[in-house]
Amino acid sequence: MHKVTKKLAPFAYLSPTLLLLAVLSLLPIAMVFSYSFLNNVVMEKNPVFVGIANYIEILTDAVFLQALYNTLYFTILSVVFHLILGLAFATLLNTKLISPLARALFRVVYILPWVFTATIIAILWRLMLSPNGVVNYMLNEVGLASGPVEFLSSRQLALPTVTFINIWAGYPFYMVSLLAGLQGIPSELYEAGRIDGANGPQLFRFVTLPQLRPIILSLAMLDFIWTVQQFTLIWMTTGGGPIHVTEMLSTFTYKLAFSSYEFGLASTSAFIILAICMFVALFYVRQQRAADE
Amino acid sequence: MNSIQSRQTKRRILQGLVIIALLIGAFYAAFPVVWMLSSSFKSNRDVFAYPPSLITDSFSMSAYAAVLTNPEKVRFFTNSYFVALLVTLFTLAVGCLAGYSFSRYNFFFKKPLNMLIISVQAVPPITLLIPYFSLIVTLKLFNTYAALVLTYMVLTLPYAIIMMTGYFNTLPKELDEAVMMDGGSRFNALWRVLIPISVPGLVSVGIYTFMQAWNEFLFAVTLTKTMEMRTVPVGIALLMGQHSYEWNEMMAMSVLGCLPVLLLFLFFQRYFIAGMTAGSVKG
Repeated sequence: MHKVTKKLAPFAYLSPTLLLLAVLSLLPIAMVFSYSFLNNVVMEKNPVFVGIANYIEILTDAVFLQALYNTLYFTILSVVFHLILGLAFATLLNTKLISPLARALFRVVYILPWVFTATIIAILWRLMLSPNGVVNYMLNEVGLASGPVEFLSSRQLALPTVTFINIWAGYPFYMVSLLAGLQGIPSELYEAGRIDGANGPQLFRFVTLPQLRPIILSLAMLDFIWTVQQFTLIWMTTGGGPIHVTEMLSTFTYKLAFSSYEFGLASTSAFIILAICMFVALFYVRQQRAADE
Repeated sequence: MNSIQSRQTKRRILQGLVIIALLIGAFYAAFPVVWMLSSSFKSNRDVFAYPPSLITDSFSMSAYAAVLTNPEKVRFFTNSYFVALLVTLFTLAVGCLAGYSFSRYNFFFKKPLNMLIISVQAVPPITLLIPYFSLIVTLKLFNTYAALVLTYMVLTLPYAIIMMTGYFNTLPKELDEAVMMDGGSRFNALWRVLIPISVPGLVSVGIYTFMQAWNEFLFAVTLTKTMEMRTVPVGIALLMGQHSYEWNEMMAMSVLGCLPVLLLFLFFQRYFIAGMTAGSVKG
């Protein structure tokens, strides 16, 4: 008897977690998977099994393919620039050339974008980027633009613009992690490098980067997963427009479900996004385990 | 002598360049924030005044007064505080229990379960949204706080479990054993000994959890319907949908909307940053 309770004890502690995971993550994933093979689900009474017809329809849909392209553009550029800005700012904040107090102050300022929620970031940038907003004023003053630029409603500029906003919103996450990473590199490594005659860029290339590699990989994978899922920022700036030029997989799926009430097709699209994220997550888990061992 | 001098000049130049770079970076990071603050103190007409300026003649708190005297808008804030605090409380409680189990027991399924919890973090909310919509309607929880608290916990719990497991792993097992030697139960060991010394970890996880719950938009917009159930992000979004923009009021609401997270960040910087770096920095 005692043995049984001892065996069950860990599950007692885990029971709320297991219940929540079962009902609100495993079950929903099973549901979305089964919906993806059905028509007339959720809002209708008589679902019809359609096999892989939904997958064929989604994967040949021009808007879905454009959303896939947009999502990759948005995600890859965000990840790359997050990394560049994060590394640049972390290096600046790690310098011994200014006082610790100044460094602490700059660090607070540099983290600021991270404390804002996506809705607020979206409307703030809509205000600033509006044709008679402050960004247009500045660009015209310094001669980089002549006349008002329609950043968010131009077919050419909307996608780069939302990407730019997302870069601003997300770099602090990289910066603080990379700063922690930089501070963790033993100074003996740099001394050894200097004795071997390495200059600044060489130290960066052969000491700093290899030491930061595991952090950079983890950051890039986490960021990729998060950015592929980004919904709110797009929804609140452009809503996917104009004419789908900023349509993302998430906005495409949301519209299919809650504007067109095509829950079957939306589930198919939602499942494809899940598959993409899980594929990347697999590498993340392997990376974390390697770091643990 | 000469070489020391040239070295010093070189250092000065480098120092100057670093400061210039830092200031450019600070402008990039903070200008939008300053602009938001500045616009929230303007009259709606002056928000787009030409040429723009940070402080106009119309400088006043009237936009804040308008937001804070409007019961509908105040309700967004109370809803957000209520939901985010409940999510934080429940996430910490459930996360500690699960973390304790992972840290102190060996059991069948431990590894796969751990993997599952890590992978749940990667599940996109948009994938869960469609089944949630039908589940929440079936459970008769549509347009309730429970719908938000339960679904948010799926987003916040995996991180809390992973963090608390890691934290408890750093605490020696002898601590629990000492309590049990004195006749205490395992639960006592967790509640009276481990949790009190894990406060730094709990604060980091709590801040991160609160922030996620405070910011959530997709579930909130889909699983609630009436104005009195809306949270701040959704409330702002709905106000943006109306055709006459009161930009100064929107900016005042935005400032108020980021205030709790900003204060958490400023007062608990170390814990805030510890929570941010946990996913990528090991050790």
